[in-house]
Amino acid sequence: MGATPEHETALPPADPSAGDKGWSRRGPWRRVLQGLLASPTAVISAALLALIVVATLLAPVYAKQVSGTDPFRSGLSAKIKIDGKPVPVMQQSTEGLGLGVTPIGPTWGPQYLLGADGQGRDVAARLLYGGQNSLLIAGASTVLCLLIAAIVGIAAGYLGGAVDGVLSNLIDMIWAFPVYLLAISLSIVMIGKSYAFGPFEISSGSLIVPILIIGLVYVPYVARPIRGRVLALNQSEFVMAARGLGIRPGRILWRHILPNVSTTLIVFAPMLMALNIVTESSLSFLSVGVQPPNASWGTILQDGQTLLYSRPMVSLAPGLAIMVTVLLLNLFGDVLRDVLDPKSARGR
Amino acid sequence: MLAAVLSRLLRMVVVMFGISVITFLIFFATPSSDPAARIAGKNAAQETIEAVRKDFGLDRPLYVQYGLMMKRLFVTRDLTSFANRGQQIVPAVAAAAPATLSLVSGAAVLWMLGGILTGITAAAWRGRWPDKLLMGISMMAVAMPVFWVGEMVNLITQNRLHDTWAFSWVPALGYTPFSEDPGLWFRSMVFPWLTLAFLYIGLYGRMLRTGIIETYQEDFIRTARAKGLTGRKVLLKHATRSAIIPIVIMFGMDFGVLVGGAAVLTEVVFGINGVGRLTYQALKVLDLPMIMATVLYASFFVVIANAVVDLLCLLIDPRMRRA
Repeated sequence: MGATPEHETALPPADPSAGDKGWSRRGPWRRVLQGLLASPTAVISAALLALIVVATLLAPVYAKQVSGTDPFRSGLSAKIKIDGKPVPVMQQSTEGLGLGVTPIGPTWGPQYLLGADGQGRDVAARLLYGGQNSLLIAGASTVLCLLIAAIVGIAAGYLGGAVDGVLSNLIDMIWAFPVYLLAISLSIVMIGKSYAFGPFEISSGSLIVPILIIGLVYVPYVARPIRGRVLALNQSEFVMAARGLGIRPGRILWRHILPNVSTTLIVFAPMLMALNIVTESSLSFLSVGVQPPNASWGTILQDGQTLLYSRPMVSLAPGLAIMVTVLLLNLFGDVLRDVLDPKSARGR
Repeated sequence: MLAAVLSRLLRMVVVMFGISVITFLIFFATPSSDPAARIAGKNAAQETIEAVRKDFGLDRPLYVQYGLMMKRLFVTRDLTSFANRGQQIVPAVAAAAPATLSLVSGAAVLWMLGGILTGITAAAWRGRWPDKLLMGISMMAVAMPVFWVGEMVNLITQNRLHDTWAFSWVPALGYTPFSEDPGLWFRSMVFPWLTLAFLYIGLYGRMLRTGIIETYQEDFIRTARAKGLTGRKVLLKHATRSAIIPIVIMFGMDFGVLVGGAAVLTEVVFGINGVGRLTYQALKVLDLPMIMATVLYASFFVVIANAVVDLLCLLIDPRMRRA
């Protein structure tokens, strides 16, 4: 879909004359860190993101110590105590014909804080466990995507010729697939089966499948600007000078091209991760992402779909979690881009 | 100019061919997708699977299968569904297309108007409260999954508030063709339009604002100011005009992708029987030919949109004609 990160936002090589604050001698990375620390938005959003990560990592503690339920086993016949009275988790419907059961709503107490889902599982505990998976998938697929895009983009831009021809055309073709439909297609044939690659075995329902799929579909969006950046760097004076001095191509790649491309990759990282969180939730919502009984924010949203009118909290909570996380990532990403690319910050 | 147009058309054909091969390979040649087993159903006997394999020509070499599939899809157009025996695929997609088109074109009008208005307003009041407010809302719009926004909209308009004066005019979820009842068509589409447009207003508004602000650094803006033009004229006639080109390009791509079926999430949430929902339903029963057809249909829209955008750029920008 249209959530394309801005292209061609790249950093000019660290400018040694930018010594107005005495930063020049401290190296470019130090300067980036200082730039981030100087921005309250970046500091606050990074801190809140860290808080979210820690909270999801504490999921087992919450499930055991606070809610005392197993968020992966259905608790259809479970009963909890409210005000000393036992209350069933699945409540008999009292409206209409009185048929069917409705899961308990938010109790705002330690047990079933946000209510139960259609299988009587604690939504709050699943939200934390699901957050682990959502963040893990989004993070891992971001790293994977950047890695593949860097290799493809640099190979196409630096080697040129036939390699560039093949890779660029391949990128164009994958680009022409609508992201969601490509992801859906790959999911259909990959999910729910086990694979064995030599000593490695991917069991069905493994998180590696959604990671691979989400990591692959956005590769063209990053590889294209990387290729353009490498092409521009190839023509830059310092690379030509290095070439004229007879420095080996491998060394030029390592010392001159790669450091300049790395900033472009870093700018993409938070935005891509934000995009991946939304993609994961969408795929899981369409039942081709994370597979049950495993949880993610997307699968909880899917569970909540049928309970939307009776127990909206099951949909509300994971949606808000996604929104807040994505918002924080984008806020942080905006500052990061401005720090890495002072040109784009000029007008702000 | 003609050479540039021809070379782009040729490229379009090559990309389309490549896409059809990739799609075919994903569905019929990945080791894990055994279409015969899928058609025969779960726990089918080995003989049944073999019979199905022969029946559907799945035992032939891959390139023969590919040729047959494309012939039945484009030439004879009698490719049938694996899940609902006898349901022809091409008519099913054609029947679903108008619903998707209504959803996407209505939303497109809203998001272009909303996005441009947001971008210009935010740029004009840069750094002050209208800018901060609009950009805050835009960031929220981009951060929310579109299907979740749709669910929340449904929660408000279809649930308890549905019987109050505010939302009693909203019909139940579903799609009514324009030809049947234009009034009902409009009323049922209002919230799907708004939901889909919301995300893109955020995206386009942010992008246009950045573009205008960047254009303000250009020399021709300084010249325009030096000539004594009013601030409003500089903003609207100079800065916005040049900053809007990337928006138009993005619009072409997004519109193509969405009409092709990428609006699947919005269609599912609002129960609109469009191409996206057709894909979703085929997905639930693993109806491979149907999914393949809808994915191909969608990617062709992307390629066509790409080509149209390219040609438009050729018309707008003479420098690109030489490339």
